[in-house]
Amino acid sequence: MMKSKVDVAIIGGGIIGLYTAYELAKRGVENIAIYEKKYLGSGSTFRCGTGIRQQFGDEANITMMKHAVEKWSTLGEEIGFPELKMSKTGYLFLLYDEKEVEQYRKNVALQNSHGVPSEIISAEEAREIVPSLDISEVIAAAWNPTDGKADPFVAVHGLATTLKNMGVVINEYTEVKEISVKDGAVEGVKTSKGDVKSDIVLNAANAWAKILNEKLGISIPIEPYKHQGIATEPIKKGEIKPMVVSFKHGGAYLTQESNGGVIGGIALKYGPTWDITPTYEFMREVSRNFSMIIPALKHVAIIRQWGGYYAETPDHNAAIGKIDEIDGYYLAAGFSGHGFMLAPSVAEGMADLIIKGASNLPLSFYDPYRFQRGELREQAIQMG
Amino acid sequence: MSDDPRERIIICRCNDVTQKEIEDLIDQGITDIEMIKRITRIGMGPCQGRTCIPLVAGIIARKTGKKVEEINIPATRIPVRPVPMGVLVGDDDEE
Repeated sequence: MMKSKVDVAIIGGGIIGLYTAYELAKRGVENIAIYEKKYLGSGSTFRCGTGIRQQFGDEANITMMKHAVEKWSTLGEEIGFPELKMSKTGYLFLLYDEKEVEQYRKNVALQNSHGVPSEIISAEEAREIVPSLDISEVIAAAWNPTDGKADPFVAVHGLATTLKNMGVVINEYTEVKEISVKDGAVEGVKTSKGDVKSDIVLNAANAWAKILNEKLGISIPIEPYKHQGIATEPIKKGEIKPMVVSFKHGGAYLTQESNGGVIGGIALKYGPTWDITPTYEFMREVSRNFSMIIPALKHVAIIRQWGGYYAETPDHNAAIGKIDEIDGYYLAAGFSGHGFMLAPSVAEGMADLIIKGASNLPLSFYDPYRFQRGELREQAIQMG
Repeated sequence: MSDDPRERIIICRCNDVTQKEIEDLIDQGITDIEMIKRITRIGMGPCQGRTCIPLVAGIIARKTGKKVEEINIPATRIPVRPVPMGVLVGDDDEE
């Protein structure tokens, strides 16, 4: 039976909801429940590109991601789940013209000033990292060896197992239909399996966050866009260690998974839409762009293609914070393709915000009210 | 090699998953085929689950007392058969 009263109700069983539950439980909060309308990770987490990078172009995202990388590096050990490991295989941005190089020089300087060891390297050095690259038009690359990737399936499984041991209740196939409010404060959630009372509600529903907000008359622009990814048959392991990114080639990103398959995507998106059916156009374009970056991929077969949401905001940065109109209501959504990588920092920040009312992390950058004030951030570097 | 015969029964030939691995997860309370798929990668190899998915559905049904029809089969992804990227971009020296 579902509990009828909890202390914190978290809507969304993706990486943000799970990790925030973990940070809250770690701080001694008892009686936490997560409500997920399908199975854990089924929204955006299990459909993501697995990348974790600090190579952003603004201070807030660099700071958040540097901290997130520290946390990703130790989470598996901390929760006794050693198979959960961040692989620090780096991110390699291929650069094709002087203007791009100029921009990345600035980004690298900013990243370095925050302790991220990124650098601009030559095309030949890029090819030493990934020997199969076609560097005939590459003039330089931005490289950070401490970026990397992690397996979202293992992360969700590890966190869910830990949360259950910590007493957090995870309700799958339980859809939150609306958030109930009384006298300007959160009263609980109404779910497909019954009503639950809670003084604190966190909306971590990402693509679906807006639906719940709109029922409360709260307007924060988060729209679902269809992005897609592909996976290939396995090739020799270690051929493509880092995440390779090329904005020249359709905003492509690609890397090799631990089983040897190549995964990745390009920036071709559709929407706003709730339809995530994979498209032939994407498969063809991904093949065209990938085989220009690494010509040998022409001989490698795609075995799977899937769609998923980027819950996008106008500046491609998430909306994270307290909702002023309603006491006890918090939002962490609209991750625009960066939710998985940012999750450890967002979770820590959100847990501190809920418990102490403030966080040391630069959460104010993600202020959900910046849109209505017209204070959009510089667009976050986004690919895929 | 262990004496447990279930370690020698391969359920997923693409990703080398044994009957024991599947049953251990179910014993841990992970009975959702969607989660079993992600943890073990059954159904995610080149054959798209043609062999393993019905077998796993059968194991779940037997161990949980559910009917096979009650188990939601995960999505089959395009391309249903592996297709080289070169073929997709029109370099048809592949075939």
